Amino acid sequence: MTLRGKDLIGIEHMSEMEIQYILDTARPMKEIISRPIKKVPTLKGRTVANVFYEPSTRTRTSFELAAKYLSAEGVNVSGSASSVSKGESLKDTARTLEALGADVIILRHPMPGAAAMMAQTVPFPVVNAGDGAHEHPTQSLLDLFTVQEVKGTIKGLQIVVVGDIMHSRVARSGILAFKKMGARVSVCGPTTLVPPGIEELGARVYNNLDEALDGADIIYVLRIQKERQEEGLFPGLREYARLYGINKERLKLASSEAVVMHPGPVNRGVEITCDAADCKQSVIQAQVNNGVAVRMAVLYLLARGGEASSVPVD
Amino acid sequence: MCLLIKNGIVIDPARNIKKNCDVLTENAKIASVGESLESPDAEIIDAAGKIVMPGIVDMHVHLREPGFEAKETIQTGTFAALRGGVTSVACMPNTNPVADNASVINFILNRAKEAGNARVYPVGAITKNSEGKLLSEIAELKDAGAAAISDDGRPVNSAGVMRRAMQYASMLDLPVISHCENLDLAGEGVMHEGAVSTALGLKGIPASAEEVMVARDIILAEETGCRLHIAHVSTARSIQLVREAKARGVNVTAEVAPHHFTLTHEAVKGYNTFTKVNPPLREAKDVEAVKEGLADGTIDVIATDHAPHTMEEKDVEYDLAPFGIAGVETAAGLIWNELVKPGILNVEDAVAKITLNPARILGICAGTLVPGMPADIIAIEPNKEWEVDPEFFAGRSKNTPFAGKKLTGKVLITILNGIMVYKH
Amino acid sequence: MQEKASILDKKGISRSLTRIAHEIIERNKGTEFLVLIGIRRRGVPLAYRLAEGIKKIEGSDVPVGVLDITLYRDDLSTLSQQPVVYQTEVNFSVEGKKIVLVDDVLYTGRTIRAAMDAIMDLGRPGVIQLATLVDRGHRELPIRADYVGKNVPTSKKEVIAVQLEEIDSEDKTLILEIE
Repeated sequence: MTLRGKDLIGIEHMSEMEIQYILDTARPMKEIISRPIKKVPTLKGRTVANVFYEPSTRTRTSFELAAKYLSAEGVNVSGSASSVSKGESLKDTARTLEALGADVIILRHPMPGAAAMMAQTVPFPVVNAGDGAHEHPTQSLLDLFTVQEVKGTIKGLQIVVVGDIMHSRVARSGILAFKKMGARVSVCGPTTLVPPGIEELGARVYNNLDEALDGADIIYVLRIQKERQEEGLFPGLREYARLYGINKERLKLASSEAVVMHPGPVNRGVEITCDAADCKQSVIQAQVNNGVAVRMAVLYLLARGGEASSVPVD
Repeated sequence: MCLLIKNGIVIDPARNIKKNCDVLTENAKIASVGESLESPDAEIIDAAGKIVMPGIVDMHVHLREPGFEAKETIQTGTFAALRGGVTSVACMPNTNPVADNASVINFILNRAKEAGNARVYPVGAITKNSEGKLLSEIAELKDAGAAAISDDGRPVNSAGVMRRAMQYASMLDLPVISHCENLDLAGEGVMHEGAVSTALGLKGIPASAEEVMVARDIILAEETGCRLHIAHVSTARSIQLVREAKARGVNVTAEVAPHHFTLTHEAVKGYNTFTKVNPPLREAKDVEAVKEGLADGTIDVIATDHAPHTMEEKDVEYDLAPFGIAGVETAAGLIWNELVKPGILNVEDAVAKITLNPARILGICAGTLVPGMPADIIAIEPNKEWEVDPEFFAGRSKNTPFAGKKLTGKVLITILNGIMVYKH
Repeated sequence: MQEKASILDKKGISRSLTRIAHEIIERNKGTEFLVLIGIRRRGVPLAYRLAEGIKKIEGSDVPVGVLDITLYRDDLSTLSQQPVVYQTEVNFSVEGKKIVLVDDVLYTGRTIRAAMDAIMDLGRPGVIQLATLVDRGHRELPIRADYVGKNVPTSKKEVIAVQLEEIDSEDKTLILEIE
């Protein structure tokens, strides 16, 4: 088994087998990060460049640790400090990192298609850590991993993604990922935050949360950004919380074994109440922990060596 | 200097001509059209099996000069036009400085004269600096040679300003070419809003951004009596609005660009910035509606919206790339390949939509083979297959989504002012 | 690949393991602090069989761990495809323990180097010993086995194939030659 592409750009391009292969590789990685000495020498001497054009403490830290645990060197290039502000094009930034000796680029960028563009520019792997409202594949992989861990399988489960579907790369990757692994996916949010044609990705659309939650096995809560209210996409946080906020009462509408997920950071009291975010059914903390393991797996699998074929070992 | 074009399939929609015959030019003018013409000192061009028609009038072109000479100049743009069989172009006012006064119009006309390629009919800006606030000196624009006024590239968002512009233009009998786009609805959109924009995560421009403005401008034209020409219609509802307006007798015409009857928003998958165009590539049902509108006469004109951009500008993230497709060299091929060959338009109607109709709307002396008219003639080989290769574009920019596309129908000869200026 | 000779049959493997079990007990003076760690894949069933053998002799349970050394391989940067990583399952502390690493074939010694590094990352054992079913020579590192089932002189063109019931449905050990 191997990954077909040199990069990880989106769930869209991945097969169920490739996804499962990454999840299977993440399991031994998770064992490593449970050790007192969280380090293996696997990627010794390789350089992983974290290129972040958007602030993101979580994802960047998660990739950084994943690289460190595999003994890779990490360099951080952040949007404000880099030459983006000096007008250097994304392609030139890619070429510069290549010349500086990077072996893998992790790219977070506000514009859809940026990771694919960078991947076309450099000969080594590019991992999409979020490109605008397009995809965030490692988030969905860690979500799948978490669900497999808790539920054993994803096949046949009913997942409902709640919130700002329109602006969410997590929602797009998530719909594709859970569909590919055999789950039934619905999305739920106000009409102004559900983009047209989302059904074509394979999701059922609900505007009423109570209906959407009926029988759900996974409740995936998205972060609602306050700027969206300023843009006039919904009237107010209070009304939003009333219509689409997840709380303990609403959880009862879902399956009794339902789990609550959130990609973080959580706006407590808006899209989810504290009692729901911290309840037994919540796997939000596990998601964060699993993120490192999944990203280690991705780095390991993509950071292939040279052309030479395997030397037989004893 | 005389040319005698023998045995072509001559098409001249102005006189309902479609027959195998000859065309004779004399002193840069059409001398006669008829069978078995003779002229002892004429240079003879054998056009057997080829369509011989008036030179194309492309009423929607961005020549980019003054101000954006890296993208295109009047020289390169009009030269590229000739290679596409286009002998007359109307160029849009969104230059720098904006063509909102007589001196810019004069500059363009002088440059065009120096270039000596396709004829250039400048379009003046509706408002000063295209800001959508104060009217340009429209009468002076007309006197200087503007064939129309337009807000192309920077739509007039204020209905009040548009209404006054139409009132004023109707007094001068100058057509108003409207780029219909409501900026509030379009927002920061970069492609058509629909399933593909959703899948790609790109911000969408809803169809309604165009349609509300088509509706607005039709109502204003109906009220003011102004001649309104809707630039590059792209949605089913826009076309229906034009159809209904025409049925009521509103003085409205409409054009479509070749990419809007050839491609859908599916082409944006892969983030090829050459598919980024405004109005955006729409859905399959819109493409169908465009074809119906062309067939039933709702859409009068096919114009390219030739919008050249440099590689540096286009080789960036999709969000950052400018809107536009360089289309003047592929238009005839796309019209034949997508409309004539599949029988959506008969050849006479196709020719009318790129010659007579735009010439009439602009009120210019072009688009027909009536004796005495300028001898602007092209010959098209309708069955010739060719592949679009931007490397061979004469224009300065290569931003086309059609690279590698195989087309049937090619311009073989372009005659301007009785002189053969291009031969394939 | 052509089969050249059979080195050990089911009985041969069983006898070797029984002898090694005795040697392990003898060398370590019993089973106190003793643990077995099998290297994936075929070192694992061998380790379990040794533990069983030791129990028969001494009556005490010896913990068995499973080690996957993929992430410690020294040839990763030369491979165009990453080998599959499996779980390491060492559910006991290695601190101060007498560890017997178990593998099927000892060849270049590189796997054992990787395994020792992997164990060191789990803690600081008192001692590490090595048990192997077959030692075929051609060492590339200064490593030797403490317990050997059978020494088999080989050429580099040959392959030693250890097959075990748990994985391959029968017990045998063959010499194959690459044609």
